Amino acid sequence: MIRWDRGWRLYLRVALALGITLVFVFPVYWLAMISVKSPDEIYAYPPVWFPSEFRFSSYVTLFRDGDAWAVWNSLITAGVSTVLAMAIGTTAAYSIVRFRTGGENLAIWIISQRMIPPICVAFPIFLLFVSWQWIDTRFGLILLYTAFNVPYVTWMMRGYIQDIPLELEHSALVDGLSRWAVLRKVVLPMARAGLFATAVFTFIFAWNDFLFALVLTKSEAVTYTVKVTGYFGSQSTFWSKIGAMSMLGVLPMMFVVATMQRFIVRGMSLGAVKG
Amino acid sequence: MTANSLSRTLERPGVFKYLLIAPAVFVILLIGLYPLIKLAVTSFQDISMFGADYSFNGAKHYVRLFGDSRLWESLLHTVLFTAVALPIELVLGYLLALLFLERLPGKSFFVAIILLPTIISPIVAGSTWRLMIDQRFGPVNQILSWIAGREVELLWNIQTYLVWPAIMIAEVWQWTPFMFLMLYAALSNVDKEQLEAAQIDGASWWMTFRRIVLPAIMPVMVIAMLIRALDLFRIFDIIWTMTQGGPGTMTETISIYAYNIAFREFETSYSAAIAFLVIFILTLVVVWLLRRVEVER
Repeated sequence: MIRWDRGWRLYLRVALALGITLVFVFPVYWLAMISVKSPDEIYAYPPVWFPSEFRFSSYVTLFRDGDAWAVWNSLITAGVSTVLAMAIGTTAAYSIVRFRTGGENLAIWIISQRMIPPICVAFPIFLLFVSWQWIDTRFGLILLYTAFNVPYVTWMMRGYIQDIPLELEHSALVDGLSRWAVLRKVVLPMARAGLFATAVFTFIFAWNDFLFALVLTKSEAVTYTVKVTGYFGSQSTFWSKIGAMSMLGVLPMMFVVATMQRFIVRGMSLGAVKG
Repeated sequence: MTANSLSRTLERPGVFKYLLIAPAVFVILLIGLYPLIKLAVTSFQDISMFGADYSFNGAKHYVRLFGDSRLWESLLHTVLFTAVALPIELVLGYLLALLFLERLPGKSFFVAIILLPTIISPIVAGSTWRLMIDQRFGPVNQILSWIAGREVELLWNIQTYLVWPAIMIAEVWQWTPFMFLMLYAALSNVDKEQLEAAQIDGASWWMTFRRIVLPAIMPVMVIAMLIRALDLFRIFDIIWTMTQGGPGTMTETISIYAYNIAFREFETSYSAAIAFLVIFILTLVVVWLLRRVEVER
């Protein structure tokens, strides 16, 4: 009797989990389907749940017309800014942890920089970019994303570096390694998992940014998020292009996150949960 | 100075530590301090698309804030939206976490898929839901029709009582998984022996929750709520794709309004005053919250 009850409850749980998972994945499925439907199927009433055939013409159009360039822009700006922010933020974190630079206050001041809503600083930054002629350049966006991610990297790496035992560094110093070599050869390898996880989130933040890219780019350096919103017109909305461009922007993220599931909790909780 | 002695100087802890942190401080000053100074100066000048008067004109833009009903409405929208969305995400996330704490085959697979919404760009999430709720070719009305057993035709992004719920659905869909993940991690660390002891002592569900579970998950819950509340307060992307603040100014949040003033109406000086107001409010709230958290510890 008890056995039967357990089995029954297990099935109920699985069914519930399956249902909930479907709710969360369905909109993504719908978007993916829109990108491969024919125009008639997109605007069909009642809606078509499964296209008669997978048509990749909207993707072909994106590449032929050069719109896919925006994904490349996203990749370059997010990628380069991630590398820069990681370098700047990690060394800063090391300085804060090992030398207590600035005491507790500096670390808190740095993380508090993430609190200010982007829209508040968007206009002054826009003016700065205009006067230095950085508008619509990838260089400008890279610099901005780097700056915006340094607080996050510093904060996260501070936690990871704190986990590294001090004795290792001491013995390396005694062995005659320079401080710079200690950082490079002892600390960084020890913090590899943390570096990787932090870099992934830094990349995602830059990749998902919309507001700054909207304000600071026009045509040359447009990122994929701005491109997606460009297909919403006042007269007509190009749903197949929206679907295809969105998929191009979402697929890399899915891939990245699938490979790093075990780091995700700590990264998302700003280090509050040590996974 | 020879290269050798230079490198020895750089190696001294007193120099080395500042060398390491200098780039970070420089970069943060550039984007954290420069814009604030620029905002402060601009807000006392008189710059708009009709002309630029760089002389100081007193606090008239700050006075104007008080009479700007559109501003206060957008602020009210933002606060209300945060106040409703945050508890919903918290409760749903908690329930989901409870479900996944139990034995469940294929757990990590389910978790991976449920997390999908949180990693896609908010822009894409907004577009997706705008598609989902379309009154003609969106599947939401179709599914509702099946459930209701008759034709349902809700004009999600036109009818005034439906636009906010539509945005809410998209927002909750995207960020409940975040709450779920945080609470799941926190709940996994609750002391099992304490829970069993409470059960043996015959403690009620509520007592167990109040005395054992809640204190254990509190630190993580507070951080998760703080992260989400700050994000909700600046909500922009989802609303931009779903309604652009419309119909009229019905779904204008503070970020959308500030954008319109700065980049559509080019009221530069006034937008600087708004930015300062927002930063001021946020600072007050966060300082107050942090104090409360410290006191409770």
